[in-house]
Amino acid sequence: MRQFIKTNERIGFMRFRGVFALISGLLLIASIVSLSVNKLNFGLDFTGGTLIEVGFPQAAELDQVRSTLEAGGFDDAVVQNYGTQQDLLIRLAPREGVKAEELGTQILTTLREGIDKSIEMRRIEFVGPNVGDEFVEQGGLAMLTALICILIYIAMRFEWRLAVGAVSALAHDVILTLGLFSALGLEFDLTVLAALLAVIGYSINDTVVVSDRVRETFRKYAKLTPTQVINRALTDTMSRTLITSLTTILVLLALFFVGGQLIHGFATALLFGVFVGTYSSIFVASSVALSLGVSRDDLMPTEVEKEGADQDPLQ
Amino acid sequence: MLNKYPLWKNLLVIFVILLAALYALPNIYGEDPAVQISADRQATVDAATLDLVRETLKSEDISPKSIALEQEQVLVRLSSDKEQLQAREALNKRLGDHYIVALNLAPATPSWLKSIGAEPMKLGLDLRGGVHFLMEIDMNEAMRKILDGMKDTIRSSLREERIRYTNVSVEDNAINVELRSDEDFQQAEQYLDGRYQGYQMVVDAETNTVTMRMTEQKLAETRDYAVSQNITIMRNRVNELGVAEPVIQRQGANRIVVELPGVQDTARAKEILGATATLEFRMVDTENDVRDAVNGRVPFGSELLPSRNGGPQLLKEDVILTGDHIVNAGVGYDEYNRPQVNIELDGVGGDKMSLATKDNVGKPMATVFMEYESTGERDAEGNLQFNKKAEVVSVATIQSRLGSSFRITGVGPQEAQNLSLLLRAGALIAPIQIVEERTVGPSLGQQNIDAGTQAIIWGLVLVLLFMVIYYRKFGLVADMALAANIVLIIGVMSMIPGATLTLPGMAGIVLTVGMAVDANVLIFERIREEIRAKRSPQQAIHHGYDSALSTIADANITTLIAAIILFAVGNGPVKGFAITLAIGIITSMFTAIVGTRAIVNSVWGGKRLSKLSI
Repeated sequence: MRQFIKTNERIGFMRFRGVFALISGLLLIASIVSLSVNKLNFGLDFTGGTLIEVGFPQAAELDQVRSTLEAGGFDDAVVQNYGTQQDLLIRLAPREGVKAEELGTQILTTLREGIDKSIEMRRIEFVGPNVGDEFVEQGGLAMLTALICILIYIAMRFEWRLAVGAVSALAHDVILTLGLFSALGLEFDLTVLAALLAVIGYSINDTVVVSDRVRETFRKYAKLTPTQVINRALTDTMSRTLITSLTTILVLLALFFVGGQLIHGFATALLFGVFVGTYSSIFVASSVALSLGVSRDDLMPTEVEKEGADQDPLQ
Repeated sequence: MLNKYPLWKNLLVIFVILLAALYALPNIYGEDPAVQISADRQATVDAATLDLVRETLKSEDISPKSIALEQEQVLVRLSSDKEQLQAREALNKRLGDHYIVALNLAPATPSWLKSIGAEPMKLGLDLRGGVHFLMEIDMNEAMRKILDGMKDTIRSSLREERIRYTNVSVEDNAINVELRSDEDFQQAEQYLDGRYQGYQMVVDAETNTVTMRMTEQKLAETRDYAVSQNITIMRNRVNELGVAEPVIQRQGANRIVVELPGVQDTARAKEILGATATLEFRMVDTENDVRDAVNGRVPFGSELLPSRNGGPQLLKEDVILTGDHIVNAGVGYDEYNRPQVNIELDGVGGDKMSLATKDNVGKPMATVFMEYESTGERDAEGNLQFNKKAEVVSVATIQSRLGSSFRITGVGPQEAQNLSLLLRAGALIAPIQIVEERTVGPSLGQQNIDAGTQAIIWGLVLVLLFMVIYYRKFGLVADMALAANIVLIIGVMSMIPGATLTLPGMAGIVLTVGMAVDANVLIFERIREEIRAKRSPQQAIHHGYDSALSTIADANITTLIAAIILFAVGNGPVKGFAITLAIGIITSMFTAIVGTRAIVNSVWGGKRLSKLSI
């Protein structure tokens, strides 16, 4: 049998609680500082504006493109390479005045007339400023609803201390991922938001598995202290936690390297999220529950467990 | 203990997977380039059209793969893109104005699969290329138009009833009627009370005013009507553009989504879709002097409008007829070869026109061309602001009582063309603005498909290899479940009519591949634990599956919650991700728990085993 972890020995995860609490705390502070100083680099979906992706027949000369656009009256255009030398991304801020939605076509015409007739339109996106604001609102709302719904479900299924532990781990993962995007100045668009919600899904998945085992171990071994129980549960689930993270990271690497430019931000957010999600389900969720004083008495079933007969432990 | 599944359970697993495989099958047949011929309201597509199409193609030396008449459309499948373009050109020329020839990609699903309703997955615009527009309707203007219509109705009924009024005006979702005397006030109160559905009457005896206020319900209905009317018109316009499989849908209170797959010329699409031009017919005010009006003394009940050729015109405010009664419009030429627009009205419109012109023979009637332009600004409530541009196109003397068909002169040739197209397709009852656009070129679409497919294949191969190395024979079982899961996802995606595959959706499949094995990992780790606890292999399998079950359910339900919320609040591409993720979670529970158990039971169950390959 191949094994990552020799399960005969229990690992004293909780002995290092202080160290990991310090690490997490520092990272959280760093993320929050970065978020308030650097802010997030919001993409077009949220800021509004126009974006054009064009394909040149050969490597594009950025300076030539910039001067052509400037001559055409688009001096606020931001031009950058996108993926390859031939692909360019041109961004324009929302403009005052009429027919903002026609900017894309105008830019394309300017480039075709000024540089090369065979420049190919690959993508035009225009988002009105109000629509962008709505996306921000909707996104925030989605995140909040997801967290609350999951909190309610976990509180119903588990004891509140474990639920708080699980949701702290989620918040931890989301804040750190946002912090990474802010610190590196990566673009935050709708797909990244979707990735963040998937991170929430993944991280909770991981935490639930651990919490499940914590509950089971409490019920099974009456004599162990809470710290011993958690250490045992974490050790028992360790190889599963690592294997699932590994398979997920494998597919995400595939997505990151061959999935194309459009999916890059998405894959980055998930890769990092899955990584911190694994860490947090081991070190954050359980130690929060332990600090809140989770004990055997809280987790004994009130009656024989039947499907659908679970009682809300808060009541 | 022996692990055995009852026969029905094994059959169920086989049945579900075969069914999914059957419905997933159309996805591997690819697509044929095709042209699709449909008719506008003036023509029908029938067997004669079919023959004409056949004959046209034959004369052009194009030999199509197939020609079929279905659902009042002719679908011609061709063997190459080049032939497709040739065929469109030829058919366009031959069939004329009343037929719309659109380019399309028709799924090459064999007929036996089609007969059981199997179709390939729908691809999102980010994969097949095309335009996505989000349009916002100006509700204020829509309401104003409807209240104006009501004002005219009330005014003319009061006149008929010989109730004298000093003023009828529109104010804040209500119509104010100021009466001349107490007696008129009482009559009006009696007459108007409960006469118009959806309006509530409020009276003020001191000022002799009767106010007809729209009820909340009527307000809501009116807004709904404005949106659905605009959707209908948008659909007509899209048909005029000749786009195969367009999507036109309402979104929220005052928005419309238009998706045009395969459209490249977005400029023209925008021009036609966004145009809010309409016509109004009004009488010219001949009782007052235009010059007085120009100097600022516009008489009550009249309006001064600029004219296309020459000075401004003084017109009555009352509208005889609006463009929405027009059923057909075409370009024609008069004896001096000047362009004109020939107009046909519906029954109601014809009656209105004939009633209005009956007493006005010999008097001039004006055709007003109106266009709305967005200023790009918004008012305090976030409503878009529009400028209304009205212009008198022509003034003509009514020669005789007009009926349901007549003509307008005084327009240029290109304008006659555009005007007739817009009138044919119907004028929007409220102006709209494009607030979001996403256009994807065809090469990028194909590139996205390739990248997504590559990512899925690589992800799958990596996970398959890992599982078989780490869990050996049991890993192989998990691999089979994973492969079955992909088939199930594709099968379910193809079966659900509204499901669309997008690039983030493909990312969702990739992610599912990584996460779906989790259930098997949980089960297998449990089995290993049981074996370490010195249970017999059969007991280990039994307990492993049993004790992992509730954990798997908990873990997956929480992820499902996240996916459902994503679906509920996300927009297009994000929805695409949520849907494949949600489907993937559900199907993976089936394949990873029931599917693997069926295999494990039939391979290892019912035997005496001393060890397991896990």
